[in-house]
Amino acid sequence: MNGTKPKKVYFYGTCLVDLFFPDAGMAGIQLLRRAGVEVIFPEGQTCCGQPAFNCGYWEEARDVARTQVALFPQDLPVILPSGSCAGMMKVHYPELFHGQPDEAKVQAFSARVYELTQFLVDVLDVRLQDLGEPVKVTWHSSCHAVRDLGLKGEPQALIGQLANVELAPLTREYECCGFGGTFAVRHPEISGAMVTDKIADATATGASVVLSTDGGCLMNVNGALEAKSSKLKVQHIAEFLWERTRAR
Amino acid sequence: MHAENEVHFRDAAAKALLDPQLRANFRRAMDGLIAKRLAQFPDPRDLQDLRDLSTAIRSRSLLCLPELLEQLEANCAKNGIKVHWAETCEQANQLILGILQAKGAKTLVKGKSMVSEEMHLNAFLESKGIEALESDLGEYIIQLDGETPSHIIMPAIHKNKDQIARQFSQKIKDAKYTEDVDELTAMARKVLRQKFLDADAGLSGVNFAVAETGTLCLVENEGNGRMSTHVPPLHIAVMGLEKVVARLEDVAPLYAILTRSATGQAVSTYFNLITGPRGEGEKDGPQEVHLVILDNGRSRIYADPQLRATLRCIRCGACMNHCPVYTRVGGHAYEAVYPGPIGKILTPQMEGVGVRHDLIHGSSLCGACGEVCPVEIPIPEILVRLRREATHSDVGSNVAGKGTGRTATEDWAWHLWAGVLKRPALYRVATWFATRFGKALPARAPLIKNWTQFRTKPVPARRSLTERLRAEGVSHE
Repeated sequence: MNGTKPKKVYFYGTCLVDLFFPDAGMAGIQLLRRAGVEVIFPEGQTCCGQPAFNCGYWEEARDVARTQVALFPQDLPVILPSGSCAGMMKVHYPELFHGQPDEAKVQAFSARVYELTQFLVDVLDVRLQDLGEPVKVTWHSSCHAVRDLGLKGEPQALIGQLANVELAPLTREYECCGFGGTFAVRHPEISGAMVTDKIADATATGASVVLSTDGGCLMNVNGALEAKSSKLKVQHIAEFLWERTRAR
Repeated sequence: MHAENEVHFRDAAAKALLDPQLRANFRRAMDGLIAKRLAQFPDPRDLQDLRDLSTAIRSRSLLCLPELLEQLEANCAKNGIKVHWAETCEQANQLILGILQAKGAKTLVKGKSMVSEEMHLNAFLESKGIEALESDLGEYIIQLDGETPSHIIMPAIHKNKDQIARQFSQKIKDAKYTEDVDELTAMARKVLRQKFLDADAGLSGVNFAVAETGTLCLVENEGNGRMSTHVPPLHIAVMGLEKVVARLEDVAPLYAILTRSATGQAVSTYFNLITGPRGEGEKDGPQEVHLVILDNGRSRIYADPQLRATLRCIRCGACMNHCPVYTRVGGHAYEAVYPGPIGKILTPQMEGVGVRHDLIHGSSLCGACGEVCPVEIPIPEILVRLRREATHSDVGSNVAGKGTGRTATEDWAWHLWAGVLKRPALYRVATWFATRFGKALPARAPLIKNWTQFRTKPVPARRSLTERLRAEGVSHE
């Protein structure tokens, strides 16, 4: 893209956002549009294929992944409101398609994949103006956003632009929340211990909202908070940013 | 069908999670180790440089492993170290027994060696009437209670000071009860000193074996390694066949990253370079030095270009210190010689992916292990590969137990999953039903109840993102 800002992008909703956090998807699209980018949302989106890939069912994962890659033929950035799914498409698709006849095509697709906050900061360099009431939030970094995609504080930078938002960091910001896809149901006790510790950490910050960039983490942390009837809420960062900055 | 004799990590982990003392001991210890390691690497660029160099050294060593092992044997022989080869643990045990019996040795004092744990050497020797005493303080502590190591560097890390105080007062003759760490250490030292002097033989592990010089490097903090290898008249070293490096200069970076990653030390208290038995006119050292090189499945791992990275490991333990699973369940829950993330990829490759299927899945794939590994072993990637191996019998794979973890239920589930998700029209129908009736799913249904044990049931939105965008008329092209 040679430093110039793209005029048009694709948006990939991801299955969890599609089904559980559609507001986050809508907000992500709005944030992109407001930055002057036209957003294309191809029909036929299902899932990136990560669950099957992680469980070793690679043929099944490839079958699904192929149908998804085919939805994005133009040489445009593909934006995902999820670190984990973006990591799958950007980092693990090339592994999954290694030695396959369509390897080159998939690699070209993977090179165009971005996580939303990464794209907003690193490519679009957006400036946000906070219109919301003072609030204290905490940030849960998604393991795959940090370790697969190499996010370097982009979400925190966006939160930092909001004048009325205080960011109270978790004690163990980079520790997994325990979701891990099928891990949460295959090893419920370990996963449960991890998320229990995570919500204790979040509660101790005194924040009223836990923000994250991943549907899996949000669903996990939210479920654990609700089970404890906590007042603490979770929200996808896109939704939070959009709500606080949109003109009313 | 599940593999016969499958070891269920889930059950052991669930039990460990219910022990608040154990969890507190591990959390405190691991937090300390994480902080100490971080303090040794103030500049992330310097750390990355050292990781790159260490990874390159280990990869290069493995690339020419057969040649290096031959060179090591030849140069050890020149130094007077006799090299023995063992394909299996049983062979290694028999070799060691033979060496001991040839010298009429009845007592063996041991420095720390994970390979000897792999061989279950102590139990074997005891069955042959030979006493094997652990001299590393942590190993000594767990041997008193008949336990196995819960960490590869700090074998007794599951115990706290008070627990050790009680144990010493009960198990060591004439010991008084004290919680003073120095006094406790002095008690163990008193017992061990005499054992070093009396032992017929000493046994140690090897951190690095240098091919060009025939040198065995031993990293330790207590001096027990030096005592075990220098005081008794016979020294036997045991190592896995991957431990060899080409040149002496390869050792410095590996040593620097090993101690920093393991215990957060810039250098260890002792670093031994063992180059053979006592020479003419020398005042100390053993009369005989033997090196036993063990395969135990390593050459099979070596044969696979991706899995070979497993053998880069320098046994620092940083992966376990940083693992959110290990820090909560501790080492014993793995029911394996090597616990934690490295154990999660090593154990199934040694014992079979089918019998360890549950262990391979006992990871959220968070990647903390791969991130801190000093030789950049892609542990999460290898875990995914082993999950594949457990359920598939791919042609060309030589992974132990491949395909033996496959079940009809899981096959069917993924088949169904792909069947829906590769057909967007079908997926649309499925999400339509989920958004309208998802609420009605019983929270106690199988699998869902594993989730709801700690969380509320996730409820789908009333309308999916796709539906909303269609209603809004967003550009689809």
